[in-house]
Amino acid sequence: MSSGLYNTSARNFDTTLDLTHLRAYGDTMNDGKVQMSFTLPVKNDDKGQEAAKQLAKKMGIDDPNVVHAQSLDKEFTFYIVYGSCSHSVDYTEIHVQAVEEETMSMEEVNDYIRENIGRKVVMVGASTGTDAHTVGIDAIMNRKGFAGHYGLERYEMIEAYNLGAQVPNEEFVQKAVELNADVLLVSQTVTQKDIHIQNLTELIELLEAEGLRSKFIVICGGPRISHELAKELGYDAGFGQHKYADDVATFAVTEMVKRGLNK
Amino acid sequence: MQSKLNLNQDLVRRARASAAKIAEDTQGFIDLHTTVTVERAVCRLLCIDGVNEFDVPLPNVVVDHLLEKGILSGGASYYLGNAMAETGLTPQEIAEKINLGEIDLSKIPPHSEEEIRGAIMPVAHATVERIKKNVAVRNEFLNEFGDKEGPYLYIIVATGNIYEDIVQAKAGAKQGADIIAVIRTTGQSLLDYVPYGATTEGFGGTYATQENFRLMRAALDEVGKEQKRYIRLCNYCSGLCMPEIAAMGALERLDVMLNDALYGILFRDINMQRTIVDQYFSRVINSFAGVIINTGEDNYLTTADAVEEAHTVLASQFLNEQFALKAGLPEEQQGLGHAFEISPDVHNGFLYELAQAQMAREIFPKAPLKYMPPTKFMTGNIFRGHVQDALFNIVTIMTHQKLHLLGMLTEAIHTPFMSDRALSIENAQYIFRTMADFGDEVQFKEGGIIQSRANEVLTKATNLLEEIEQIGLFATLEKGIFADIKRPRDGGKGLAGVVVKDDVYFNPFVELMHTNREGGNK
Repeated sequence: MSSGLYNTSARNFDTTLDLTHLRAYGDTMNDGKVQMSFTLPVKNDDKGQEAAKQLAKKMGIDDPNVVHAQSLDKEFTFYIVYGSCSHSVDYTEIHVQAVEEETMSMEEVNDYIRENIGRKVVMVGASTGTDAHTVGIDAIMNRKGFAGHYGLERYEMIEAYNLGAQVPNEEFVQKAVELNADVLLVSQTVTQKDIHIQNLTELIELLEAEGLRSKFIVICGGPRISHELAKELGYDAGFGQHKYADDVATFAVTEMVKRGLNK
Repeated sequence: MQSKLNLNQDLVRRARASAAKIAEDTQGFIDLHTTVTVERAVCRLLCIDGVNEFDVPLPNVVVDHLLEKGILSGGASYYLGNAMAETGLTPQEIAEKINLGEIDLSKIPPHSEEEIRGAIMPVAHATVERIKKNVAVRNEFLNEFGDKEGPYLYIIVATGNIYEDIVQAKAGAKQGADIIAVIRTTGQSLLDYVPYGATTEGFGGTYATQENFRLMRAALDEVGKEQKRYIRLCNYCSGLCMPEIAAMGALERLDVMLNDALYGILFRDINMQRTIVDQYFSRVINSFAGVIINTGEDNYLTTADAVEEAHTVLASQFLNEQFALKAGLPEEQQGLGHAFEISPDVHNGFLYELAQAQMAREIFPKAPLKYMPPTKFMTGNIFRGHVQDALFNIVTIMTHQKLHLLGMLTEAIHTPFMSDRALSIENAQYIFRTMADFGDEVQFKEGGIIQSRANEVLTKATNLLEEIEQIGLFATLEKGIFADIKRPRDGGKGLAGVVVKDDVYFNPFVELMHTNREGGNK
């Protein structure tokens, strides 16, 4: 199936980088090389491989090469496919939203709160809805923190309440009011069938219905959450992978001051 | 087995003695109490099944009735037996009449203990015989096909739809899986009832119902006959319905159950008094049904640091062992848990993993240890993830772990695709084949990193258990010693379902199933 040791295919394409026509990179500029794998619910034979190839072509892959086909069951076959993606994107026209504050350290956050807010900031976090995973909210809130970034519970000027997992949105809001929260942190780890979006939307709707939305800084986080998605859903910010307690704390306290919630 | 770690056996003895004392002290509390789910499990074992017009399971109808009338302290067996003696009806018929409001168990004149037992015990015996028959069927399969040498490959299905789960499970079994676990839908552990019938909707998993158990069991028997292997079925005997799930599993021949003494308290915020009573009866049932239990120590490391808190895992293994023995569950059915969760950034982290796994192997020589794959430090980098899983597989084969939960390269991304599972099985099978006897060929350096690490963890675990022995288990949980999680004695879910037993109380199934029961009530 593979074509031998050397890449003998002709490189009859322009190899200068053009950011208005950005293409995938394998080992030569603009070669468009991508790898993918998928399963088709058919038996493993020539016809199945042809189906995999045709599917790849429809995805915009030129010269798809089915390098591996493996039976998973009688009527299921796994394919690994390489090829050149014919599509390109205009990189110069792309604008993404990201949380742009310079991240402060734990001590800097504490100092910032002392100077600008003058009292402890109350942050209430939970993994809401049916999500049973606490790993995300724990990484941000537990004293020990994650990957060398101490959690919010360790911040002297932050009063952190971790409500744990499977907290219904109603209960979460009720608890936030009870604790006089400034900042709400919502974690969503499991994203099967996009349940997290439904759940996150529901929380904002609930806050709005109760006339509470403007009283809190509301932040969501999780491995599949981007700042852009968060803004779209009505959150003040969203934090995905490789974001830690200090990132979240920095945003939360500066946003409080910006919004005049620092009373 | 020859020790490779040069463990201080005196510490092992001390740790075990402390754990035994803690379990003994806690057993005093257990013997005085029952819970709503213990009594519902009794109802289920007395063949009360089905739901009413509001989808409330009839075991709940009966037990809610007892609770409402203030007589749950006498237990379901006593009052159902009394009603049977009075009316000549079966437990199911009585349950249906309670639902219609036609029977009030508190108003039936009390019959003699002899009459009550005379009514209940034949039903209880019939159920016990059915479970014995299930054990015999399992043994016949194992005799016919032989049991797997080496680690059991354990995979999870979690589509939410039992019929889709069956497709995935059969494919997994054909690819080489030995144990199929059907993950429960998120949230089921906090339901104070067990849903009914075949289900096709769930998030992150599928409802544990008796019908779903039966459907999956039949499917695995079918594929097992084709493959000439016995495929074990696993579910989750945890949460607010531990003993009921155990009862359903015993009736439908499940083989493996997640069943930890402390997990629900720590990770689901279930009240500690409730869980500790529930775990006892669930383990009595699992023991009798020949079910291998899995304990949940691996979860500690998802919240606490795997290097610093390793000794809490060992301490909890000792406790789970002693609580299991109290329930008559033999070492051969104790799948004590631990996990490969040290950060990939830790220098010599693999050596610590190896030390921990080998230590568990040597301290619990007969236990079919359950070893969990990396999850906490799995990222979207599936390529590195596959390597992490490979290292995990190496530890298993080197240290003779038994229930090997396969790591998925797409952990932290989605519930596994069919292909993820196949790649994972291929990875494990390759390593188990190519390194089959590697562990027995190597020794660890005297006083080296691995030996020192194991002894350090053992020392800390022993100290911790001696401390717990002083302050008691409940106070320990209040202080947040396990998994960094603090739980108040009267907090959490399900405390309202705990009652003190009264003089008429009896549980026929503890009497019939607990083979070497000493002390306690009756």
